[in-house]
Amino acid sequence: MDKMKLLDLLSEMPRATVSDLADILGEEEADVEAAKNSLEERKIICGYHTVINWDKTNVDHVDAFIGVSAKPERDRGYDKIAERIARFPEVSSLYLTSGTSEFLLSINAKTMREVADFVGEKLAPLEGVASTVTMFVLKKYKVNGVTMEIKAEVEDDRLPVSA
Amino acid sequence: MLDYDKLISDRAARMRPSGIRRFFDLVAEMPECISLGVGEPDFQTPWDIRDAAINSLETGRTKYTANAGLKELRTEICAWLKRKYGIEYTENETLVTVGGSEAIDLAIRALVGPGDEVIIPEPCFVCYDPITTLTGGVPVPVATNEENEFRVTAEQIKAAITPKTKVLVLGYPNNPTGAVLRHEDLEAIAEVLRGTDIIVLSDEIYSELRYGETHESIASFEGMKERTIVVNGFSKTFSMTGWRLGYAVGPRPIIAAMTKIHQSCIMSAPTTSQYAAISALKDCEDDVEYMRKQYDLRRQYCVRKLNEMGLHTFEPKGAFYVFPNITSSGMTSDEFCEALLQKKHVAIIPGNAFGACGEGYARISYAYSIDHLREAMKRIREFLEEIRGE
Repeated sequence: MDKMKLLDLLSEMPRATVSDLADILGEEEADVEAAKNSLEERKIICGYHTVINWDKTNVDHVDAFIGVSAKPERDRGYDKIAERIARFPEVSSLYLTSGTSEFLLSINAKTMREVADFVGEKLAPLEGVASTVTMFVLKKYKVNGVTMEIKAEVEDDRLPVSA
Repeated sequence: MLDYDKLISDRAARMRPSGIRRFFDLVAEMPECISLGVGEPDFQTPWDIRDAAINSLETGRTKYTANAGLKELRTEICAWLKRKYGIEYTENETLVTVGGSEAIDLAIRALVGPGDEVIIPEPCFVCYDPITTLTGGVPVPVATNEENEFRVTAEQIKAAITPKTKVLVLGYPNNPTGAVLRHEDLEAIAEVLRGTDIIVLSDEIYSELRYGETHESIASFEGMKERTIVVNGFSKTFSMTGWRLGYAVGPRPIIAAMTKIHQSCIMSAPTTSQYAAISALKDCEDDVEYMRKQYDLRRQYCVRKLNEMGLHTFEPKGAFYVFPNITSSGMTSDEFCEALLQKKHVAIIPGNAFGACGEGYARISYAYSIDHLREAMKRIREFLEEIRGE
């Protein structure tokens, strides 16, 4: 079966069951299952994530972006330090970027204090880390392609019948 | 009390009422029904286009434009047509209109007078016939059929031509069948028309919704540009139906006559929409590709499901409609669609609304989310099982 088609469909409908996918694509369930498993095993599909607007709950939640200036290591470049940063569970994303600092990471925590502790006690003391700049998220407008706090668009206001 | 029926002009009174009107009224009484009845895309207009419109308003672009449309827009239309279909026009062979519909109206009014014949392959979009009647012209329907995948043939056109034939309408990719004309079909038709005084009104509004091969315009065939008016627009390709913007390109004297009529009754197409359209042509290739991909998935799904449930459905290669044969139900198109609406609350359009030869078929639009289509297909299958007593 056409794996690109399956990927396209899963990117639109990540929650579809194997039976839904098979029905839509006109394939056998076993074939879809096998194709999906293979995409997952080969890490072409890396995960299925739920986008939650925590601001609408009572749960304490703080997000921050942190710019990290770091020095590369002989032979391994930035990979070793990146690996050390990435292993902290608080870090949800980590990118090597061009610009003023080498790394940009995002962190999800419960309180500002928790973020401060992470930076002061874990991140900044790492060997190779020269400095950090922490930016707390004040309001989220769009996350992973999903808009928030923005005027909703009409669902479907078409006439039910038209030529 | 005035007798209004006597006041309405004879031509207006004789215009064929829209075949979907009656069905529209039925559906309007059933707001909870699942509709597959629309003739417009479900996608929102791409944001780049909306942003361009907002910017045009913020900077005060709120006045009439040139009658024929913004020069910059006409330049972009010409560039787009050349890039897409290899047809070359200049700004003064281009007229920006209020939707493709106005372009069709203008073309027929500019060319057709009392007694002139207009050949109209059916089933087709509902406006060609009544507009022809309004000009005093005579619609000459040509019935296409499922065996030939609803493609009109050169032989059929040849047989319909008389000394009074003025215009041939070609509406491909076709609403309601999804049919397209292949290269060899177009070449054969071109061969019939070369050397005649017949003008082709080529309604190519669905040209970008092609699955498999890309669209060819009959204007690109040898000797055809001089006898063809190409109508296209933004509604279907860029999901801009509510913006009401289309255009016609063609021989300068015909475009000039159309512009004269347009000048008197419209003045100029909506300015905001024109600025938005420039962005559509320049920035939205990826959006169009995305929408085409989504339609294609739904198209294949619907064709497969309908055939599986025993409604023979040919595979359409264009637009966003499938046109299943419903005769195996033992019902007429009207009976089938009404019973489906009453029993299962699914609205599809009787094929005969698009011309007499559409009898025995129904138009299903797949401009809906796949979830919506799945629910509708499930209900159609249940409906068929019930009427077959399974």
